[in-house]
Amino acid sequence: MTKDDWGRPQAMAIPKEGYFTLEKGRYGPTYPRTPACHGFTLIAKIKPGTEEEIRNYGKRLEKALEGSPDVLAPLQLHYLRWVLFDIGSDKYFMYQGIFDTDFDKYTEDAIALFAQTGINTIFEKLEGFPDDWKTNAPAFIKFVREHQCPSFLEYGEYPYVTAVEIKKALRLKQAFSDMLDQMQ
Amino acid sequence: MLELSDIQHFLLTRTPALAARYEFLTFRQPSAGRQWLAGVIDKVGTGKSVGAASPDSRWVTVAFTWNGLEALGLEEASLATFPEEFRQGMAARAETIGTTGANHPDYWVGELASPALHAIVILFARDVAERERCKQEHGLYLSGIRGVDVISTLDLEAIPPFGCAHEHFGYRDRLSQFAIEGTDEQAQPGSGPPVKAGEFFLGYLDESGSQPPLPQPELLARNGSYLAYLRIEEHVGKFRDFLRQQSDTSEGQELIAAKLMGRWRSGAPLVLAPQRDDPALGADMQRTNDFNYRTMDPYGYSCPIGSHIRRMNPRDTAENIERRKMIRRGGTYGPPLPEDTAEDGVERGIAAFIGCASLVRQFEFAMNVWINDPTFKGLGNERDPFVGTQDGTFDMTIPKRPIRRKIVGLPAFTTIRGGAYFFLPGIRALRFLAGSR
Repeated sequence: MTKDDWGRPQAMAIPKEGYFTLEKGRYGPTYPRTPACHGFTLIAKIKPGTEEEIRNYGKRLEKALEGSPDVLAPLQLHYLRWVLFDIGSDKYFMYQGIFDTDFDKYTEDAIALFAQTGINTIFEKLEGFPDDWKTNAPAFIKFVREHQCPSFLEYGEYPYVTAVEIKKALRLKQAFSDMLDQMQ
Repeated sequence: MLELSDIQHFLLTRTPALAARYEFLTFRQPSAGRQWLAGVIDKVGTGKSVGAASPDSRWVTVAFTWNGLEALGLEEASLATFPEEFRQGMAARAETIGTTGANHPDYWVGELASPALHAIVILFARDVAERERCKQEHGLYLSGIRGVDVISTLDLEAIPPFGCAHEHFGYRDRLSQFAIEGTDEQAQPGSGPPVKAGEFFLGYLDESGSQPPLPQPELLARNGSYLAYLRIEEHVGKFRDFLRQQSDTSEGQELIAAKLMGRWRSGAPLVLAPQRDDPALGADMQRTNDFNYRTMDPYGYSCPIGSHIRRMNPRDTAENIERRKMIRRGGTYGPPLPEDTAEDGVERGIAAFIGCASLVRQFEFAMNVWINDPTFKGLGNERDPFVGTQDGTFDMTIPKRPIRRKIVGLPAFTTIRGGAYFFLPGIRALRFLAGSR
């Protein structure tokens, strides 16, 4: 079974550390590519009374994407999931992203994009987020890494397939379909 | 405004040097290190004293490792404020920057991976005779100071013909020159707008529009830069053998050489000269950089995605490219290998410095992502053909219609023989470091 075997569903159980062998990236350990691609799950407590602002930001990002659909392209995402939930009387925020790059490699590009699209305005509502994040990228990165909760299982129905490959396949299908229509 | 009279000239000006010498020093006692430094500060050229039309015949630069700052007696509270990657040093970052296998610090020469490496003196000279004179003079000066030792040296000379700079494989060098905001340098067409000074010199606004936190005290950090040093051996005989294996004709060999680099050996870029070499284009600084990838060559049919120049400067196909710019300095060492001469086993190569304000964001990013990431830009199993860590298990794809050409199992044309991280302080900072504490 190889990584290219996209037709065969696969799962990967991941050790507690989040990786099998320690590979040092620029800002810390790098996490492996799994059948469900790269990704992270950040969980952090929000500052009291900021829930509405965070929820409203969801609408803002929706609008931003309508205006410029490529705005998040540099992150090479498949999916984003933002969740607010309670633990006791505290409110927590979960940012789950599934993407095709090793986060450590493009971490500064992601931060620049967060700033450009205002995603950081959500981070600013999280407890412990560094006040000087604009000038202090290493502090931003430290926060992200400290709040990252590695998966212990990841599954892919079509394992190791990138978003680029999926879009290529769908484009090909579209092209064939158009061609067959033209031949009628 | 840039404080040109306080910034060392090294990253601001390219001097007309044809010879150079790097001396790597260790300080046995802090007082000896400070005494040595106090005596050389006046010889260090600044951005003000050394211009493009410098009348001098030699140019001196001084820089320190983190261990060197400690060995000079800098206090703990200050040492702790330097960025982590600089404190660790290049050897400890080997896995991150991808200097593994034959490029691993275990095999480095000249004590470059040793914690005893404290400082470097970089001497650029107009010619070999002047280099030899300065070498003697510095040797004499050092002999009068007990407790500062030279742990290794490297002599460098430009390769003839001297009309334009080129390296041992025969590629023309020093073609890309962006401008730094606040200096008189003119940007070449295609090199982008001037880059904010804070990308290279500490204490100025950078491309984020702000000023990042400085190591302390500010006096020590201001007008300083970081240097990543790399000594890269070039296996010229092996490279020429490889080209001969790839093609029976010299035209075919030149095309392969160009595809690996992204430029013909004359310097002419493949994006502008895809079919055949154009030496006049290569030599024309107004034209040789005036191209992009996104619209002119999106799929790499002219310049392969994995070619050296497209990895080292993806131009308009990378995010935040203005935050990844670096200043390169250095030269060639070892004797040129004459054409039609078999590999002679003599070490020859490039010994270069990459100057920047953040080693982790600029230099280490380039090493980790652009040079050594096998999946760079959707490639499957490739590294930079010249500076990537190669061991015969990586490929090189040359896009071509109708079917691409894939070189399977690219050999290693280079070996990294050493490297180090240095802090290049401003002049006031040098005086501060030389002062007694």
